[in-house]
Formats: sequence, C-alpha cells, structure tokens
Amino acid sequence: MSETHITTDVVIIGAGPVGLFAVFELGLLDLKCHLIDILDRPGGQCAELYPEKPIYDIPGFPVISGQELTDNLMKQIEPFGPTFHYNRMINKVKNLDEGGFEVIDDEGQVYRCKVVVVAAGGGSFQPKRPPVPGIEAFEEKSVFYSVRRMEEFKDQDVVIVGGGDSALDWVLSLQPLARSMTLVHRRDNFRAAPASVNEMKELVDAGKMKLILGQIGELTGEEGMLSSMTIKTADEPINIPVTRLLPFFGLTMKLGPVADWGLDLQDNLISVDTEKFETSVPGIFAIGDINTYPGKLKLILSGFHEAALMSQAAKKIIAPEERVIFQYTTSSTKLQKKLGVK
Amino acid sequence: MILLVTDQDGVEHRLEALEGWRAMEVMRDWGMNIRAECGGACACATCHVFVDPEWMDKLIPASDEEEAMLDTVADTRKNSRLSCQILMRDELDGLKLELAPSSAK
Repeated sequence: MSETHITTDVVIIGAGPVGLFAVFELGLLDLKCHLIDILDRPGGQCAELYPEKPIYDIPGFPVISGQELTDNLMKQIEPFGPTFHYNRMINKVKNLDEGGFEVIDDEGQVYRCKVVVVAAGGGSFQPKRPPVPGIEAFEEKSVFYSVRRMEEFKDQDVVIVGGGDSALDWVLSLQPLARSMTLVHRRDNFRAAPASVNEMKELVDAGKMKLILGQIGELTGEEGMLSSMTIKTADEPINIPVTRLLPFFGLTMKLGPVADWGLDLQDNLISVDTEKFETSVPGIFAIGDINTYPGKLKLILSGFHEAALMSQAAKKIIAPEERVIFQYTTSSTKLQKKLGVK
Repeated sequence: MILLVTDQDGVEHRLEALEGWRAMEVMRDWGMNIRAECGGACACATCHVFVDPEWMDKLIPASDEEEAMLDTVADTRKNSRLSCQILMRDELDGLKLELAPSSAK
C-alpha cells in the first residue's frame, strides 16, 4: 500500500496504440499523463497478440508490424514525458467532491487527476481459464495460472498443462522439487524452445516425469485442494493424482473492473458521444476498441481520431479559462518547441 | 451459400454465408456467441469450433500457426479448428460447425 498519491492532469488506462497516441494529443495541449497497463510493456494487443504481424491500414504506412507501430508511438510521445505504470490494473475510479477523480490500482496506488481516459481495448489481459466445471473453487489454492513462490510446489504432485514456453519452462524448473511431475498437452508437438522440449523428453525417457497427450477432464478434491484429475485422451480417460495444477493457455481479455465504475455500457463496451468521446460520467472519456457509438469501427486509426477530439474536450475541463488556439505541428513554433524540434 | 451452426446452448442456426468470407465473420455478422478477439489474425483462438466429422476432409488442413493457437485452448477435440481460418467457398456450402465453449463472449 502506497502512502502518497500521484497527482497528474490525466490518467490513461491502457497503454495500447490509442492510449499512447492520446499522450501526444494531450501533450500538445500541455496536459501531463500517467498511463497504467496490466501488461509489462507498452503496445497492448499490438505487442501481446500480434507483435510480428503486419498491419496495412495505418495511414502513411503501407505496412508496419504491431511492434514497430508501438516503438514509433513511444518515440513520438517521448517529448511529453509520460509516466508508465506496468503490471497494474485499475480497480476503482471515484469522483472527488472538489472535482476530478481518484483512481486506485490493484497495488493500492492512488492517482488524483482531473480527467480519466479509458483506452483499455478489449479489457485487461488475464490468464485463460480452462472451461472446466468447478475450477474456480480450486484457484489460488491448488490451481495457479502463474508461479509466484516455487516452494508452493515442493513435494507436490504437479500437473502442468500447455505446450508453450511457460509450460515447458516451469516443467523444467519445478520437476526437481516436485514429488511427481506430469505435462499434459493436446498433441506431440510443442511451440516452445526446442532445447526445452528435448530436455523435457529426456526427463520422460529417464522416468523422472510423465507426458500425457490429452486435455483436462474433471477435477476432484475438497475445500479447494485438488487430489486427482482425469485427462481426456484419444483412448480412455486417465485418472492421475494431482495436488497442484498449472494451466498455461495464454492470455485473454476481460472487461474487468471497468464494468463497476457506473459508466453506461452496451454489450460490454462503453457508450460515448462522437463529439468528445466522453462517457456517461463527465470527465471520464473512452477511446479506441473499448468504446461504442453509432457507426463505430474497431480500427486503430479511428482510435487516433477519437484521441484528438477527446483531448480538446479534456483541455476545456482542466483549463476552462484558457483559450485554445488550434494549431498545426507543421507551422506552429509553439508546438514545435513542445516537441523539442525547435 | 449456407453455414449450419450449433451454438453453445445446442441451438441450431442456418446462416446465409458469402463466398470468400471467413466462417468466423459469417457467425459474428449474424450475432452468434463468438468472441473472435483478434479479428481473424490467427492470434487468439477465441473463434474455436468443432467441425462436423463428415466435413473435416473438405477443409484445407490447419497450418502450423493455427495448430499452435489451438494449443492455447483447453477444450479442443480431434475436429477442432479456428473458424477464422475457414474461408467459405462453393464446396463448403452446407458446412456444419459447432461453437466451442471457449469461444463464448
């Protein structure tokens, strides 16, 4: 729990391409931003889902990868000195009596700001939960989606499910201390680093662990503690003892706590107007994939446009007395100074 | 061109499809319960379907990339595919799919 709160003009929730570009548009209007993201780096979906995949509809770039776009945006907003807070999720947004908002993240950090911009795309990335009935009851007790403390797995019957690097890396790290280790994967083909796969296969050949081709079946246990599980295989289901289960099926997006902030929603998207991209709560804006309005297209370029208009409205809230003159970066020496090019 | 879809509640739908559309796009357009998070980039596996066994052979086999994405789904079966990788064409008129629980919104 942090004792001191952070004060800034704008808190942007989500550091995907649209959240990043909002820093630029707000920055031109002298507004300072803090960005919060659940991932450990900027880029959002561009970085997490398709860093290497080409995007063909960014104006001015016939082709650009998700990672290149992110890198370019980071460079573009550098002059405005935004502050990033990664690996955090915003739990609460509260209206303050004196105006503005208090935003609180899952580590208890408090941010005070005059404007909140939700640029959270498809929501926050969270581990995929296997659709197995009753799995919730075991979560955080004997089913984990990440390894925080290795001791938790000492002398346990560990079952890891998945075929990627997370699954293989943890098989190799936890196998020496576990009582038994079983890797479950749907096919005899792994997308993890070949060296890890070979090492795992050597352990299997040496009888030090098991590899079962199949999928999670039913879980059995009491009061959150697993005792056994079935594995659905091509033949008969297999029953094995398990006291710790680690499913590694990657990440998915969930709207998460945003749903509880009192904003008008439509089909899990935040309703906004198309003049300011403001939500039903004045001072809270929503831009990019997370918002909806008549004619909405989930395109990065639409999010950029929304960021520009939102910024004008945010400026009027934060500095109502100031007269904003509309200027171009090409010709305005004032703007060029802010960008550090003059 | 018709796409026959059984949703997660077991309800059958007869959807008008267009040649060249991805099966995912047809289902999304008709408002089926399909997340299709990445929009067809073969990058998320939230358009996972079970293909009617009789139709499996008529599909172009899954690429390594698609198989790798299917690895991130916990409810795959032998007839699992990503519907964003199935392009509708004449030979697939009448294709039967079942939406997987893991594709639900």
